[in-house]
Amino acid sequence: MNIILAWRNLWRNKRRTLITVASVFFGVLLSTIISSMQEGSYSSMVDNVVKFYSGYIQVQNEEYWDNKTLNNSMEPSQVLLDQVTSVKEVTHVTSRLESFALASSHTITKGAMVSGVVPDKENEITQLKKWVVEGSFFSENDQGVLVGSELAKYLKMGVGDTLVLLGSGYHGVSAAGKFPIRGILNFPNPELNKQSVYMDLKVCQEFFSADNLVSSLIVMVKDQYDMPAVFKKLKAKISAPYAVLSWDEMQPELVQLIDSDRAGGQVMIAVLYILIGFGIFSTIMMLVAERTREMGVMVAIGMQKSKLAITMFLETVYIGIIGVLAGFAGSIPIIIYFYNNPISLQGGAAAAMTEMGIEPYMYFTLQPSVFYRQAIIVFAITSVVALYPLFMSAKLKVNQALKA
Amino acid sequence: MSIIKVNKLSKIYDGAEIPVRAVDGVDLAFEQGEFTAVVGPSGSGKTTFLNAVGGLDRPTSGEVIIDDVDIWQLSGRKLIDFRLHNIGFVFQAYNLIPVMTAKENVEFIMELQGRSKEERFDRTKSLLEAVGLGERLNSRPNKLSGGQQQRVAVARALASKPKFILADEPTANLDSKSTETLLDIMETLNKEENITFIFSTHDARVMKKARRIVTMEDGKILSDERK
Ligand SMILES: Nc1ncnc2c1ncn2[C@@H]1O[C@H](COP(=O)(O)OP(=O)(O)O)[C@@H](O)[C@H]1O
Ligand SMILES: [Mg+2]
Repeated sequence: MNIILAWRNLWRNKRRTLITVASVFFGVLLSTIISSMQEGSYSSMVDNVVKFYSGYIQVQNEEYWDNKTLNNSMEPSQVLLDQVTSVKEVTHVTSRLESFALASSHTITKGAMVSGVVPDKENEITQLKKWVVEGSFFSENDQGVLVGSELAKYLKMGVGDTLVLLGSGYHGVSAAGKFPIRGILNFPNPELNKQSVYMDLKVCQEFFSADNLVSSLIVMVKDQYDMPAVFKKLKAKISAPYAVLSWDEMQPELVQLIDSDRAGGQVMIAVLYILIGFGIFSTIMMLVAERTREMGVMVAIGMQKSKLAITMFLETVYIGIIGVLAGFAGSIPIIIYFYNNPISLQGGAAAAMTEMGIEPYMYFTLQPSVFYRQAIIVFAITSVVALYPLFMSAKLKVNQALKA
Repeated sequence: MSIIKVNKLSKIYDGAEIPVRAVDGVDLAFEQGEFTAVVGPSGSGKTTFLNAVGGLDRPTSGEVIIDDVDIWQLSGRKLIDFRLHNIGFVFQAYNLIPVMTAKENVEFIMELQGRSKEERFDRTKSLLEAVGLGERLNSRPNKLSGGQQQRVAVARALASKPKFILADEPTANLDSKSTETLLDIMETLNKEENITFIFSTHDARVMKKARRIVTMEDGKILSDERK
């Protein structure tokens, strides 16, 4: 009865109801599109950054993160590897050994960051191969190296030349070696181009006298939404001397960037919803005012005020529900379109993103949270607004209402 | 035995400079099956009196006892429930819920009482037939004339099987023909079903139909005559 009564009451003033519903509609439409774009962009930023190098999760010696030296590298036990691969959401695992060395040609010397990787596995995760602009990629046990384009230019070397690396290996043993250059890497990030040297993991371990040692295990999952669960599982399984790190611990700047940007969007959405809230409130206020007599009659003949309040509450909720559903109906096709056809960015922003290894596209997400958040917000607003009729029916004086 | 006993009932409005004694120490009793008109000039206290008897407006002092219940001792929710189960109301105008049909308006009160669907359905039909609206079950109030609306209100008042029906100037907004129809219906219900009616009016033709006439002036009972 309440349900029907509320529904019919809703359409007594069609125009007003439609205007109110329309305000909710536009609010939800804009908010879902904005959040979808924001969250989509963030997740693509994260995916890009993560896939570019760090991976979603790393397992390291617990000392390594604070002091990245060879001496803090680890020898991953079979047990550890099994623990990682036994988590079913884990898609890839690979090992890296990283350290610094001096790279030189005949006369020129420069500091370089040497990464020992498992070529095929590394390529699956970071698509290293795609940055090779000259020469070729390498394979396992290959004695050759890949060199960043700027570094190669600085050393005046090219494919086929022999790079000399000098450094200190595990526990201070001196490391020296000659490596033929197989290919030149050109990353979008110039910093990387200035210092990268890639070689096969085994070759690298030999070079640094660090047999079987690695700096970290790179663990990949499908996407960032899978990450927290996997992270928790790994954290529970793996204990000292190993440490498990998530991408957000490894990329605090990115987290900060996203958080501050997200906060901006949320302020905008909050302002939007406050306006909508006042719109609904004024409608409900008018609605209560013009029905005073009717409310008086209903309570007079024996309707409890609480039932009356529920009816009005439902009216408010209907406005919210219709608005939200209409908003979704409007935004879902738009979001799906942009999900499939991300907006390509131009100019400075695009260049800056490319430099950070992020594709210059505005991505949209279809994450359910983008939608159910709006539903929750609208429901919260309507609930707060519905306190007004609740309050008004509670303090209704029947004899006075009947005179209205 | 009286179904309503009113003892030393007073309602004083303090708002103005001089307090208004809208109802001033009224003692009165109503019997089952009576057909009573409360009459008096405008401002004599009829509405205030009926509202106090009907549990709608709290008196300043005195008691209203309906079937041994001192109604003004009941808490808010209990008083509303008491009205629902014991008193039928017909107001001057705009009695009905505009978004509900005649049938639904009558059913509504039985639904509040928690009566079964079948009972509601049967009773609604027979009541609307009794007030001559068997053909207008599915009309909304705005499609009914003022007189028809008041007849639906009477049907609704009866639907809850109350002990009595209070009607404050039920004919005030009606033309003479509708007034006559409504009163005939009320009279028939009173005679045939022994329904107790207490209604107020300042219309002489309406007064004539009553079998008991309580005349008020300045909140006091001036006379109380039975025919
Ligand atoms: N809410 C109120 N505040 C102050 N005075 C009132 C109020 N309601 C009624 N009165 C006064 O009480 C008296 C009786 O009014 P009422 O019961 O409405 O008379 P009637 O129904 O016979 O016309 C009148 O003098 C009226 O002005
Ligand atoms: Mg009156």
